[in-house]
Amino acid sequence: MRPLRNLQPKIVPISVPITYTSGEQIEVYRFSIPVTVGAPLLALFLQAFLPRRLPFFSIFDLPLLVTIFFAMARRNPISGLLTGAAIGLVQDMLGPYPIGIYGIAKTVVGYGASSLGAKLDVENVGARFLVTMGFYLVHAAVYFTVARGMVNLTLDWSWSRGILAGLANALLGVGLYFVLDKFKQRT
Amino acid sequence: MESLLGRYRNLTILVAVLFLQVLGLAVQVKRSPDAENTRLIRRWAVDLVTPFERGLVWAQNGGNNLWHNYFFLRGVRAENRQLKEQIEQMRLEQVRVREDATQAHRLQSLLAFKEQFIAKTVPAQVIGSSGSDLSWSIYIDKGSNDGIAQDMAVITSGGIVGKVLRVYPATSLVLMINDQSSGVGAMLEKSRLQGVARGTPNGELILDRVMSDEKVTPGENVLSSGGDQIFPKGLPVGTVSQVGPGREMFLSIKVKPTADLSRLEEVLVVTEKQERAPVAAESGGSVRAADILAQRLPSVPDKPPEVAGASPAGTAASGATGEAATGAGEKPQAHDAVPSLTGTGTTVEVVKKVTPKPATGDSATNGGARNETGSSPALRATSAASSPTPKSATSPTKPAMAPPKPSNNAPTPQPATEDSPH
Repeated sequence: MRPLRNLQPKIVPISVPITYTSGEQIEVYRFSIPVTVGAPLLALFLQAFLPRRLPFFSIFDLPLLVTIFFAMARRNPISGLLTGAAIGLVQDMLGPYPIGIYGIAKTVVGYGASSLGAKLDVENVGARFLVTMGFYLVHAAVYFTVARGMVNLTLDWSWSRGILAGLANALLGVGLYFVLDKFKQRT
Repeated sequence: MESLLGRYRNLTILVAVLFLQVLGLAVQVKRSPDAENTRLIRRWAVDLVTPFERGLVWAQNGGNNLWHNYFFLRGVRAENRQLKEQIEQMRLEQVRVREDATQAHRLQSLLAFKEQFIAKTVPAQVIGSSGSDLSWSIYIDKGSNDGIAQDMAVITSGGIVGKVLRVYPATSLVLMINDQSSGVGAMLEKSRLQGVARGTPNGELILDRVMSDEKVTPGENVLSSGGDQIFPKGLPVGTVSQVGPGREMFLSIKVKPTADLSRLEEVLVVTEKQERAPVAAESGGSVRAADILAQRLPSVPDKPPEVAGASPAGTAASGATGEAATGAGEKPQAHDAVPSLTGTGTTVEVVKKVTPKPATGDSATNGGARNETGSSPALRATSAASSPTPKSATSPTKPAMAPPKPSNNAPTPQPATEDSPH
């Protein structure tokens, strides 16, 4: 009698995300190339253009909101950190300080948001609000650390201003994510 | 090892990306923030964003101009009338200011001061900002193609705005004075205390390096001191809004910028500065002050040589003229130059010319000033009009009998400076 070698169970690697949202299977989204390129560029453009016309707008950080959105929607840490790095570096290039401060901060945020997005229900408005506010503070903390520690900029941290800006960005983020949700494509 | 990297692939890539950025940042910091090593990639980013900004600004201005210049003309007549009245008031003010300026220039020229003047400016439009709420910088629509260079001063009619930090072919990045990395040599208008105007992280402007034992009051104007070699001296920077004790031995002085930095639309870039000694009078050529004065005064008949040499009258005149060398409204001058006037026939002669019509014009004043530097007796004598002139030297009732006599007819020794007052 021949041995049953081929009957042993064969393990096949499956690349299906095994995370969940609210007990349901998680959905990983992708975006078309025009949206992938155009949305960050539009955010950078508006961030550079609007504060001159509407001074209060300088409290917002549109590139950060776009970074968080893409990172949470794709749920891929590498994609998230690379998106954050790219957006942050372009934002640095437009500013007067050395290139890399925003790049580092947004890389960390992109990685964190995509990692968190893979574990939490980020379709919920409340979760989005809290996640955005939290990552705004993380972003500010990393930015201040790098700016003070490496570039020797004398930045003064104000908790009241930080929290206020975090709330404002979270509010704007909830609205912005709602608009950007329209461009999601299921994988 | 391979399996370890595969297991922590995401984390490994994160660390690698962060490491590369930290490395790049360290290289930039070590070289210089203004180094050219990042110029090309910055230019790519600027070229990516600024065309859209230009387009939007152009469209916005076009719309505004169409509306304001062709449709919405309500109240223009009233405004025109108001502006005309304002011009009249400003003309009156200008006369007074011109007198003060002339006097200041004269004093500066006495001390051989050199001053920087704005010789040429290029108007530019603000098209965007850096896109960060932690840095205060703007983009303007003029670049190296328009003659803009690094470290040029950027101003508005209200006051100073900042300096050109980076220049691209069609755009420039301007670092505003309220950015934390900027610094402007500044001084207080009244007390002339000097300090450094610098920005804070939240975009406020402070005047630093003013000792705590000095008295500074809110409302006082802050001007550029010219010490930074970027902004010419005397441009408005802001107004002191708050004064309090600061760090160490210095005051904490908050300054409200004169220019509205958050709503800038058009600015002027100072592309050329001139450094020259201020001139007291603007009359060109090599006309001597004495000649100008002679033309302005009523003429008197030529005196015989023997009268001109009369020493008693000359002495009397010189005694009077030494007190008011620079014309009306000025303080008496020192008497140390008086002895040089005595005994000259010319002195007497010119004093007689002066008496009927006081010389109050700019030329007279300036001429007097110029002659002081060379201790010219003739011009000191002419200024006696505003001083109590001895009766022996005055003859108001004498008719004009001869055309104005050029003073070079007189044997007065003229100093070298008078021949070329400018």
